[in-house]
Amino acid sequence: MIDIRIPAPLRPYADGQKEIGVSGETIAEALEDLARRYPAMQPHLFDEGGALRPYVNLFLNGQEVGPFNGGTRLHSGDRLVIVPSIAGGAPAAGAPLAPG
Amino acid sequence: MPDLDVYPNGSQLSHEEIRRYSRHLLMPEVGLDGQKRLKAASVLVIGTGGLGSPVALYLAAAGVGRIGLVDYDVVEFTNLQRQVIHGTSTLGVEKVISARQRLLDLNPDIRVDVYNEPFTSENAARIAEPYALIVDGTDNFPTRYLVNDICVLTGKPNVYGSIFRFEGQVSVFWAKHGPCYRCLFPEPPPPGLVPSCAEGGVFGVLPGTIGTLQAAETLKLILGIGEPLLGRLLLYDALSQSFDEVRLKKNPHCRICSDKPEIRELIDYEAFCGVPGHDREAGRLSQEWEIEPRDLAARLARGEKLRLIDVREPHELQISQLAGAELIPLGSLAARMHELDSAQETVLFCKSGSRSARALELLAGAGFRKLKNLHGGINAWAEQVDPSLAIY
Repeated sequence: MIDIRIPAPLRPYADGQKEIGVSGETIAEALEDLARRYPAMQPHLFDEGGALRPYVNLFLNGQEVGPFNGGTRLHSGDRLVIVPSIAGGAPAAGAPLAPG
Repeated sequence: MPDLDVYPNGSQLSHEEIRRYSRHLLMPEVGLDGQKRLKAASVLVIGTGGLGSPVALYLAAAGVGRIGLVDYDVVEFTNLQRQVIHGTSTLGVEKVISARQRLLDLNPDIRVDVYNEPFTSENAARIAEPYALIVDGTDNFPTRYLVNDICVLTGKPNVYGSIFRFEGQVSVFWAKHGPCYRCLFPEPPPPGLVPSCAEGGVFGVLPGTIGTLQAAETLKLILGIGEPLLGRLLLYDALSQSFDEVRLKKNPHCRICSDKPEIRELIDYEAFCGVPGHDREAGRLSQEWEIEPRDLAARLARGEKLRLIDVREPHELQISQLAGAELIPLGSLAARMHELDSAQETVLFCKSGSRSARALELLAGAGFRKLKNLHGGINAWAEQVDPSLAIY
């Protein structure tokens, strides 16, 4: 079982959960499992061609995972952290919007 | 610990200053030499909002000799839930003026420079020039990339903080010694895909926590003590009261801080991010899709059959409601689109018009044409049509 930390901006697409246990032999499989369980996550993680979106930053056990390292092998108990790009601060008109 | 360009030679502390900073002077990590470094230091704080408030307050209290403040807004009532540098007595006052007043009350021995203007590619070099370090307390992607790039191009550290609802991020980006913001986020998310906190709300104390961490990093860099957050990103979750730390690497292909940079001067950041950093009217739908609150009120009064769809979240109904409106939160609109009738004229609304604009784009993309977005949302309706409703 792999633990994935879901960042706040993506939690609305995962029933509000912060940590989700998924299965997979590789990072790509773990993310696919996540998207299978929570289909609303799919467009936020992958582009139309199925590639991981460039602004989805992944960290495996605290270490950065490069954009082409989806094949990295996972071991039970590993922890994947998704780090989103957040603009932060007070809301600015015209900025990307919250889901609700 | 990399050394910052601070030259304390010649700076002296008066007896009064020695007394003021007594609790610093007692610690060998600061001491008299450290306090003189703080006095000789200059820090530019971009934004005097949620993050900038605690940053500027703590830097002033700690005796940072010169603080620059950049902001172009005025203090609004809804700011006071988290922007603690301002107060009820400075409502309507330019934020930088309000902030300077508070800082000089806290510590009259420091110098506070104010820049009552947006931070842009045109003025960034001029504004940043006198300062050794920049603190990023902005609220939008274009300004974040601009702050990063000016820091990389001038060799200054960028003390980064960002917040969303209950979560925050903190790091120190200093290209000479580690990764920069672009190494972590080479490009911004496309507008609308990854949400920001516009209309999403923010836990008022969260920028206090994140901004205070930024202030701590700033003071450590000036003093040259401890382990800076260089190459480390701290993730904070106020709900679970927990921190996560991830290690950042310098991106060998970074467009600005790699050995072969493509970006050698400041660019057009609003174009780069596809969103405006400062234009408050930008992002509006074209006029044909908008309906003004007074026009809607007049049409309803004439008995026209308009369907009103409220795309806010259920908990927002407790604050204000429009009679006869049906609730379909934006997040579930795609799945509930079949409940709408494309032949019937439909008015979409939310708090202030942004979410309903996205809802309209979603529906228009699915072929709906008889759509209007209530300009300014239910808040504008409350302001212009029904003052009995609360504005939030």
